[in-house]
Amino acid sequence: MAEKMELNEVEVWDGNYAASQALRQAQVDVVAAYPITPSTPIVENYGTYVANGYVDGEYVMAESEHGAMSACVGAAAAGGRVATATSSQGFALMVEVLYQASGMRLPIVLTVVNRALASPLNVRGDHSDMYLGRDSGWIQLDAFNAQEAYDLTLCAFKIGEDMNVRLPVMVHQDGFLTSHTAQNVHPLQDDEAYKFVGKYQPYEEMLDFSKPVTYGAQTEEDWHFEHKAKQHKALFDSREVIEKVFKEFKDLTGREYKRVESYMMDDAEVAIVALGSTVETAIVAAQQLRKEEGIKAGVVAPRVFRPFPFDEIREALKGVKAATILDRSAPMGAMGALFNEITTAMYTTPHRPILNGYIYGLGGRDFAVNEAKRIFKEAKANADAGYLTTPIQQFSGVRGPKLGFFETKRG
Amino acid sequence: MAITNIKNLKEFSTANERLEGAHLLCPGCAHSMIVRELMNCTDDNLVIATNTGCLEVSTAVYPYTSWDTSWIHIGFENAASAISGAEAMYKARKRKGTLKDPDAPVKFVAFGGDGSTYDIGFQWLSGAVERGHDFTYICLDNENYANTGGQRSSATPIGASTSTAKAGRVSYGKKERKKDMVAIMAAHGAPYVAQLSPNKWKSMAKGFQKALETEGPCFINTVSACTTEWKFDPKDTIAITDLATDSLMFPIYEIINGTELNILYRPKNIIPVEEYLAAQGRYKHLFKPENRHVIDMIQKEVNEKWEYLQRREEARV
Repeated sequence: MAEKMELNEVEVWDGNYAASQALRQAQVDVVAAYPITPSTPIVENYGTYVANGYVDGEYVMAESEHGAMSACVGAAAAGGRVATATSSQGFALMVEVLYQASGMRLPIVLTVVNRALASPLNVRGDHSDMYLGRDSGWIQLDAFNAQEAYDLTLCAFKIGEDMNVRLPVMVHQDGFLTSHTAQNVHPLQDDEAYKFVGKYQPYEEMLDFSKPVTYGAQTEEDWHFEHKAKQHKALFDSREVIEKVFKEFKDLTGREYKRVESYMMDDAEVAIVALGSTVETAIVAAQQLRKEEGIKAGVVAPRVFRPFPFDEIREALKGVKAATILDRSAPMGAMGALFNEITTAMYTTPHRPILNGYIYGLGGRDFAVNEAKRIFKEAKANADAGYLTTPIQQFSGVRGPKLGFFETKRG
Repeated sequence: MAITNIKNLKEFSTANERLEGAHLLCPGCAHSMIVRELMNCTDDNLVIATNTGCLEVSTAVYPYTSWDTSWIHIGFENAASAISGAEAMYKARKRKGTLKDPDAPVKFVAFGGDGSTYDIGFQWLSGAVERGHDFTYICLDNENYANTGGQRSSATPIGASTSTAKAGRVSYGKKERKKDMVAIMAAHGAPYVAQLSPNKWKSMAKGFQKALETEGPCFINTVSACTTEWKFDPKDTIAITDLATDSLMFPIYEIINGTELNILYRPKNIIPVEEYLAAQGRYKHLFKPENRHVIDMIQKEVNEKWEYLQRREEARV
């Protein structure tokens, strides 16, 4: 048996440490990983637990992220709990296997510390890697701070391994802003955490020789479509289990998670929709604007990026006149990915708020409270005018001439 | 029952059948002979990972499977990683007491073609061997990307014509030498490395058994004559393989712990490589007068390699 760790009621952990503690407490059977900035400390911390007897599972240091995720797939098919961590280029290298893991319905947990994608090479946080995974068939949970990185990692095992889900789950946190920023974290004690996550239930496992299984079969035009349609349905159907697990977590800890988080939205006239640590920046901006200028500002943040919470988004934004969607990834000839999802959700409601998008914070460029306030005020101007006064897509915080794309017709 | 003490082919043919016959490999393909021999030479439970390739696409087309054991395929390059993960999971679950049948003996095996072994999966294999997982990797070496129409791989011998290294008016086919994968894997310090051939089925079965019994990562390169891309009659698979081993194009040997080399088959009458080459369409162009030097070069290199192997065997280092 692995040694238990005595934790304080409040610990000072950064996002990486929080995630690695959650992996330890979940008593993962196989962690197969390859280090990459800024997620490296997750793997290093875990290695320290292994070296000191706090883990009795296997720890496989692969030769690349592709090899790491491939070993995770082999391990998961062999009927046990599996997890790993990565960022950016490592995530990109894993992509081939991400699709294979979800296609084989293997509940692997991947903690992703979001970082920009080269070129130019950049180690800082943006959401390029997170967006790269959005069609890979994984559930994607988004943590906005270290506490959430810990909480959601524990929830991830329980969601993915649920017999009605059996899908892999990513838990995202922002590189450096969350991963390397020490904050107060309220952990569970080891027994409590493991009891919440629960014992791993093997299903169609390769180590049960009474029932041989074939993983990774070939299908062409005769069966591929049915497999993919079923997988898509399973992903959408996981919403119920996600909510159930969030409720169980709230009952245990008092900390409440929803598929879409809303802040000050009850009477909000304008909103910012964002992901990651930016959510907290936007909340501060909204609080200040309410106090200073009486602008009824609110913040909406998808906690679950996949399956995308279209239903909850409609509900969260139903009362606003205007909303601005922030995307922290280079859209490269399109609208931002979050902008696209939000506009899709809102277009199909009778009430269509005025929506625009900002690209911001690429490669770790700072996004400060004042900039969020400016964006809120712009949304307020749109709300007052009753039409979009700016291009649909703009850039925040980039040098050079002002960038903006696509106008809407007045009114 | 497996045949653990093989006396003759008739007896061997009664071994348990763990690769179902109804697969889609070409008639005359040596892959199934090699895979069946591996699976039939042990009674232990098998967990098998297979890289994308002829074997994989021919044995697991949904809703069918030829594998009467645990089997996984992920991608073209990563069977060695998949089997690493499965082996790690076995160790973890054994330690934690969560296996359904903790006492059942289990062996971990990965199959790959030469494309996935010598080329695209090279790094994954190297990593898995370096990490020391307890598994046996078997390369089904047919010296080309046969699954996709016969493109060159780094296992394709010099002078062979392939669809991406074609012989033509100004080319004699592939210009580069075959990568020496056996030496590379021995250099990893793997406890057991061998090159085996299905025409020498007894030594092949013994080699497989040795690899399965050896703790740690083992690598075996097997000669798998490819009727489609080597261009010979499907009924001649074993005859062609005989020419391969008797001409010493494919010497049969093992290397233990990276150093101790044993030659496992010494042809009584060594035949010229020319006879082996002449039996296959892929070398047809070498028999034009202007390409004679290529045949001479191949013969010279085969002689040198045989000399090298014998000296290594003698030296015991």
